[in-house]
Amino acid sequence: MSRARFDTDWRERALRVALPCAALGLGVLAWDLVVRLEDIPPYILPGPGLVLSTLVSDWPVLSGSLGVTLTTTLAGLVLAVVGGIALAILFNQSRLLEYSLYPYAVILQVTPVIAIAPLLLIYLPQPAAVLACAWIVAFFPVLANTTLGLNSVDHNLIDLFALYGASRWQILAHLKLPAALPYMLGGIRIAGGLALIGAVVAEIAAGTAGAGSGLAYRIVESGYRLNIPRLFAALLLLSVTGIVMFFALSLASHLVLRRWHESALTRDA
Amino acid sequence: MVAPENIRRGPQAHTNGAPVVTLEGVSKVFANGVAALEQFDLAVRPGEFLSLIGPSGCGKSTALRLIAGLGAPSSGTIAWQHGSGLPAGHGIGFVFQEPTLMPWATVFGNVFLPLRLAGVAKTQAAPQVMDALARVGLADFAAVHPRELSGGMKMRVSIARALVTQPKLLLMDEPFAALDEITRFKLNDDLLSLWESLGKTIVFVTHSVFESVYLSNRIVVMTPRPGRVLAEVAIDAPMRDRSFRTSARYVELCRITSDALARAMAQDAATAKTS
Repeated sequence: MSRARFDTDWRERALRVALPCAALGLGVLAWDLVVRLEDIPPYILPGPGLVLSTLVSDWPVLSGSLGVTLTTTLAGLVLAVVGGIALAILFNQSRLLEYSLYPYAVILQVTPVIAIAPLLLIYLPQPAAVLACAWIVAFFPVLANTTLGLNSVDHNLIDLFALYGASRWQILAHLKLPAALPYMLGGIRIAGGLALIGAVVAEIAAGTAGAGSGLAYRIVESGYRLNIPRLFAALLLLSVTGIVMFFALSLASHLVLRRWHESALTRDA
Repeated sequence: MVAPENIRRGPQAHTNGAPVVTLEGVSKVFANGVAALEQFDLAVRPGEFLSLIGPSGCGKSTALRLIAGLGAPSSGTIAWQHGSGLPAGHGIGFVFQEPTLMPWATVFGNVFLPLRLAGVAKTQAAPQVMDALARVGLADFAAVHPRELSGGMKMRVSIARALVTQPKLLLMDEPFAALDEITRFKLNDDLLSLWESLGKTIVFVTHSVFESVYLSNRIVVMTPRPGRVLAEVAIDAPMRDRSFRTSARYVELCRITSDALARAMAQDAATAKTS
């Protein structure tokens, strides 16, 4: 790479980090100014400084809640990935099974999870119900994407495998699953965000029933108590959790695919 | 792989003995009602370089796929030299029109695939894989992923993969159609020298008259929809090199083949009018 090219690349990258940071800084500054100049009381809108100091002072309470929400989200995501991929493989191997069950997977997906949560809370202990909600929301993109991937194999490669007498298992392990991997990882990336949403929704539903200690419950509780700075602090934590999960999953996807898939390649102009 | 200046060949030395595979009265009608082949007869002699040529949709590829066992004929028989069945496992190598490589596997992994599917361990297969790669001049690229290769190199990997099981019969379905002419000429020469050194039987599908005359011992010209054998052209030139490509004999053979092809097209136009 030439010196000039390197400089342009570097400048481009710096801009992509610097610009959103600058926008964020301006937004926070505006927020702070509005609160100060209009003299808005903290129980309506706390300033950014107060939110941060609440985050520090309430950390013992909030960190416990963060742990609960994070555990639920990750467990829901893992179960969604395992369940979604397993179900997609089953559907791919047996058309009868796919025809019988796929519509119900869709129904489960399109029914708003907030409406199912109260039912789940009746039938399941509270942590299991929250986990179930996270799973229900997160598993469908994994299932749908993996199914698409398993069906998108190059036909010539299928012929090639047939020519060399590959077994069903060999076709699955050496052809269909690797071919489906980019689709699968795309589904998992969506599922990460959805698992968090599912967990939060279920926590809110559970919280109104008087139980729970996740971040979403803290938000509901702080709302009732007009402890708006803590509400903002909990919201900030949830948001950061979502961002971290998205980037972690994107990075994992990039690392897995960087050797061969178009999506992970940087092109020389 | 090194393309020799002169490729010496004695067609008669190669084409003795019982046919490797014989197609008799083979017809193929697809589920959508298209008749790809009708009463198609073909005997592939051991050691020969046979080209199937014809306009698009004449069933050349279908014939090749039937020989490979990718699909069964609607009627007629395909008989093999040893018994009636398809030689199990390693008897056939197939090169598709596209390189058809697994993008997630390295060049080594792609060439290893046929042996892997046959249950050969990687360490045991490694010498064979490297030998096949060396034959197509890609020994240094074993650890590279296909996306880093040029079109011609990908096709070489595809050929190495077809050679790795040491098949007696190599089936090639317009393998160089998507390549530029320079690469194509180079691969033509390389393929000829491979054929010389390995003594394989090759059935080569193409729609290039010039390519078929340059490569083959024998050209079978097919009619379109449904595919039938219209004519056979024997290419008796013993040497294949740059001077053959510019010789009067080459031009004459190309003209003969082109004429046969033109007759095949005319027949297609005639059937189109009557139907």
